[in-house]
Amino acid sequence: MQDNEKKSSYLFWYFLVPFLLLLGYKYLKSDTSNDYSNIETSDVAMVAANEVLPETVDYIFHVKPILSDRCYLCHGPDAGTREAGLRLDTQNGAFAALGKNKDRFALVSGDTISSEMVHRILATESSKMMPPEDSNLSLNNYEKQILIKWIEQGAVWKDHWSFVKPIKPEIPVVDIDNTIDKFIHRKLQEKGLSMSVKAKKEKLIRRVYFDLTGLPPSLDDIDAFVNDSSAVAYERVVDKLLNSIRYGEHMATSWLDIARYSDTHGYQDDLERIMWPWRDWVISAFNRNISYDEFIKWQLAGDLIPNATREQVLATGFNRNHKITQEGGVIDEEYRNEYVLDRTNTVSKSLLGLTMECAQCHDHKYDPISQEEYFSFYAFFNKLDEKGRMDYGEIPKPNIKITQKEVKDVLTFINMPDSIPEVNLMVMKDDKQTRKTYILKRGAYDNHGDEVSEGVPETILPFTDKYQKNRLGLTEWLFDEDNTLTARVAVNRLWQQIFGTGIVATSSDFGNQGALPSHPELLDWLAITYREEGWDTKKMIKRMVMSETYQQTSKTTKTLLENDPGNKWLARSSRQKLTAEMIRDNALAASDLLVEKIGGPSVKPYQPEGLWAETTSGQGLTKYIMDKGENLYRRSLYTFWKRTMPPPAMLTFDAATRDFCSVERQKTSTPLQALVMLNDPQLIEASEALAVLLLKNKNVSDKDRIKTIFRRITSRTPDETEVEKLLTFLNDTETNYDAIEKEEFQVSSKFEELDISKKRIYAFTALTSLIFNLDEAIVKG
Amino acid sequence: MEEISKHFLNNNRRHFLKKLGLGIGGLAAASMLDPFSSIVEAADSPLKGMNLPHFAPKAKRVIYLFQSGGPSQLELFDYKPLLHEMRGQDLPDSVRQGQRLTGMTSGQDSFPLVGSQFKFNQYGESRAWVSDLMPYTAKIVDELCFIKSMHTEAINHDPAITFFQTGSQQAGRPSIGSWMSYGLGSLNENLPTFTVLLSRGTGRPLAQPLYSRLWGNGFLSSLHQGVQFRSGKDPVLYLKDPDGMTRSERRKMLDHISELNAKQEQEFGDPEINSRIAQYEMAYRMQTSVPETMDVEGEPDHIIRMYGADSAIPGTYAANCLLARRLVEKDVRFVQLYHMGWDQHDNLPSHIEKQAKDIDQATAALIMDLKQRGLLEDTLVVWGGEFGRTNYSQGALTDTNYGRDHHPKCFTMFMAGGGVKPGFTYGETDDFGYNIVKDPVHVHDLQATMMHLMGVDHTKFTYKHQGRRFRLTDVSGHVVKDLLS
Repeated sequence: MQDNEKKSSYLFWYFLVPFLLLLGYKYLKSDTSNDYSNIETSDVAMVAANEVLPETVDYIFHVKPILSDRCYLCHGPDAGTREAGLRLDTQNGAFAALGKNKDRFALVSGDTISSEMVHRILATESSKMMPPEDSNLSLNNYEKQILIKWIEQGAVWKDHWSFVKPIKPEIPVVDIDNTIDKFIHRKLQEKGLSMSVKAKKEKLIRRVYFDLTGLPPSLDDIDAFVNDSSAVAYERVVDKLLNSIRYGEHMATSWLDIARYSDTHGYQDDLERIMWPWRDWVISAFNRNISYDEFIKWQLAGDLIPNATREQVLATGFNRNHKITQEGGVIDEEYRNEYVLDRTNTVSKSLLGLTMECAQCHDHKYDPISQEEYFSFYAFFNKLDEKGRMDYGEIPKPNIKITQKEVKDVLTFINMPDSIPEVNLMVMKDDKQTRKTYILKRGAYDNHGDEVSEGVPETILPFTDKYQKNRLGLTEWLFDEDNTLTARVAVNRLWQQIFGTGIVATSSDFGNQGALPSHPELLDWLAITYREEGWDTKKMIKRMVMSETYQQTSKTTKTLLENDPGNKWLARSSRQKLTAEMIRDNALAASDLLVEKIGGPSVKPYQPEGLWAETTSGQGLTKYIMDKGENLYRRSLYTFWKRTMPPPAMLTFDAATRDFCSVERQKTSTPLQALVMLNDPQLIEASEALAVLLLKNKNVSDKDRIKTIFRRITSRTPDETEVEKLLTFLNDTETNYDAIEKEEFQVSSKFEELDISKKRIYAFTALTSLIFNLDEAIVKG
Repeated sequence: MEEISKHFLNNNRRHFLKKLGLGIGGLAAASMLDPFSSIVEAADSPLKGMNLPHFAPKAKRVIYLFQSGGPSQLELFDYKPLLHEMRGQDLPDSVRQGQRLTGMTSGQDSFPLVGSQFKFNQYGESRAWVSDLMPYTAKIVDELCFIKSMHTEAINHDPAITFFQTGSQQAGRPSIGSWMSYGLGSLNENLPTFTVLLSRGTGRPLAQPLYSRLWGNGFLSSLHQGVQFRSGKDPVLYLKDPDGMTRSERRKMLDHISELNAKQEQEFGDPEINSRIAQYEMAYRMQTSVPETMDVEGEPDHIIRMYGADSAIPGTYAANCLLARRLVEKDVRFVQLYHMGWDQHDNLPSHIEKQAKDIDQATAALIMDLKQRGLLEDTLVVWGGEFGRTNYSQGALTDTNYGRDHHPKCFTMFMAGGGVKPGFTYGETDDFGYNIVKDPVHVHDLQATMMHLMGVDHTKFTYKHQGRRFRLTDVSGHVVKDLLS
């Protein structure tokens, strides 16, 4: 008691001055639209304790990240674990009268003394302290001061930014054409930064080739661009790439991660499935630039569109890409439930940017999604006549049969080999309209709670009678002008694809625990523009790559690294690493090995022996049988994906496992990656092929050969120092070869007949491999 | 090159470490990659403030001998004479208590109880029960800490093994070895922190399959993924240089790569380049250290005899046990073995006999070998599968033959070394060997206890991913204090 009194008296003086200053301050007010002006957007959790407090403390950008991360666990949306009747995630809850006598308040606007929160966060005795010790959570001094200052300034409440409808912001007045640049410029100015110079042409063309097609430019492409001095040279390249069929393949690659696409069923014996005709559709849809709303509508509800075309039905394969078990003895309903959960989680994560799965066992701890709402959303995907356990050799229902005739007549985008007369693949079909959906208590499949019907998290936008109560209605809701998330989430993902990191860095989480947008007005402007332009994806991507922001050099300086190591403000281009697919495709393209055929059954290129055999039960895909001929050299998105033992080199380079929906890949650097680059037979073969390609031409100097190899791999002409170093390496390797008799080294049989010495091939192969291992070979530019 | 990388490390540690995906523990590894650096903090590391290890660890390393398929506790360690007396009688409903059954036996008309066909005896000063199937293990029971009261939630292999390895029945979370690699970092500079060894048993021709996600890094950096060590010419994938290339050529190539990369770094200032240079050096060292570790030529005959004749045959469980010892000798943090083939639904007596023979001698040898080298003190050895087996026969019960279905409600595991009580048995099952009557240990409890032995408080060791703090033990798990020495 005594301690407490001392504390109170100290607190009294501590807060008296600011309190007096705040007398007369307007109390409790609420904003219902987003005003992002004068906001210092910074990730509070990451700010060091000695950071200067912002002039105006903003609830969304400064306060809520703290409340959400440290307080919501016990004082958030989940009623089941709420302590002391206090909830801090709603305005009513946060300002409510508490205690037996209803005479205490967690928050009182402008009154730090009456605000219990202040006493609790400053308390040092464990019985009072918030967050409590056993939560393993704490607040640093900066965070405490933020909360206190916010209360001092009146504790102005706002709704979470992403649950507020975007309104087209005023475009900053800056003398630049591209609207993206206007927003970026303004923010840079605020930060005392400025844009970097334009990237060198050969860097820029490499970057835009990879970003739009996933492949490197050829030497002719580079030369043509470098020598084209017209003002529209770059735009010409961009238009060419957007119209290239490689664009669709590249865009499809990220979509396959989201759709958890795979060539196997994923559980236990991990049997083969055929879904590649759906993958071919995705490629074609991107190439035809089907508007994003249609693209999604067909995939979620194509079967429910009146007079649905075969193509629209095929598109619904999207939500059948989840794993399916055939393990003997499983309880059917347990797994059927898993599949419905997977569809629910995939749609919410990829299209709404919500971690809705957190509301599977209880109300969401951080976001306004109740368990009831979760299972209402689940209800949309719970109408299939499907089984939990499939049999060996079965094609799970519902499915459709696609024949060669259909492929010739209608589904012309499917690359169906003549050897395959027909395929069956899984699609969506609501054959069990009458199946009831219940809240599953604690998420358990056999623990039914109240019955629910189709619905959504109401905070985003209520699911009124104007929408049909089925998946088609859900797509109408998703693309309703008033839906606060769909457009933002979509443009953010495009931004992430082009710039490396989303405007909201957590592209799968736009909720309370997610990152805040670095450029909120820009995000809203892009979102609304995307919708107003008819969800035209190519147009949106073109806008992004045409910006000056995109075309900056990726060179950085010490100052920039210190001020903005993560490149949040975009005062330079991020030096992005190639993805797993791009790394292999770059090697195939550089060495002229790449077979540019679109679609068809997945292929089995090089893979170390024994990986499947070691882990199999003896059923299903027991042995990896490597393909021959052109299938070894197809683009990596066509590589056969066995979920329980994915292609190891791709996983090493951070490819998604495809066990579930993934909207973002890791970006790591590991020793195993070095080993792949140095020794993967595919890369060694590419090195040899490229070496021989150059050696075939007898009228070129070694220096020129080195330059060409270097350019083919990195898109850049090496300088003299670099060429000299590489030449030294080449000559040393040749000399060394004489000294130690390379008996083990075998030239590929296809090159044996050529009039080139084994020694020369060896040395040039080593040289080419060296260049493939340069850092520059695995970055975009 | 060195000057540049020194400069960078000094000026940009934070970014460097973040890119490397290293946590606090990983800092130890980073300082080894960079001999002159004395890194003390990574301000933006998600591990900041966790102060790992949380307290002095009892075990620095773990060898986890996973017995895939679900070994029958009733044939190995959990002696139930009542099952002999009641042989052929139906499992009473009062014992089953509505426990859900797998689809493999839920349709059976009856559930005939059956006792072990193999005899049991008590051994050692601890008087632990072991069957005739495990004669070598029987000899070392005074080193072992048995848990008779393990239980799990899953009744099928895929979810059950995923649960044991990642704390969740559904795929996507990091493996326990990945968590340890992330939290505690590496103890050596030449080998991966988390290594994986696979072997196929002789007890069931169609063994349960394994999945690479069992040793996957989940949402942690792929730097923490388990690295499979395989028998054959390429013990780690892509380890072997192309045919004809000599080590000095490889060295020369790497020097050129570093030099040219450093030039890029000067121009672009990208700290990522330096981390790549460091990773290439680690790869180069692994090219020597991995084959050295795998090469058991130098092991004396008496050691080969100790582990059994199989230990000379690469890829067997016995050979992997020997390798596991060699790996922990080199301070590899987490060595995960999987031995397939324990799924005896039918023909259990003949199959389990072979399966037990695969592992008995080598397991005991490993523990005693660690002991004689002074490594057992701070190495934790864990033996066990993903669930137990039913006390009733799956399929027809004949005079000489029976099978057993999956049973999640009780099974036996044992541990040795690194801070657990030797010669100790914990937990009890009922006379039917169906339910636990004393001291249940849940999968999350076991994981919490393993982490505790490694100096980690499982409730404090979290990773924030998609807005939520994840931990290996999800939202439950208690350290079983009684198991600690």
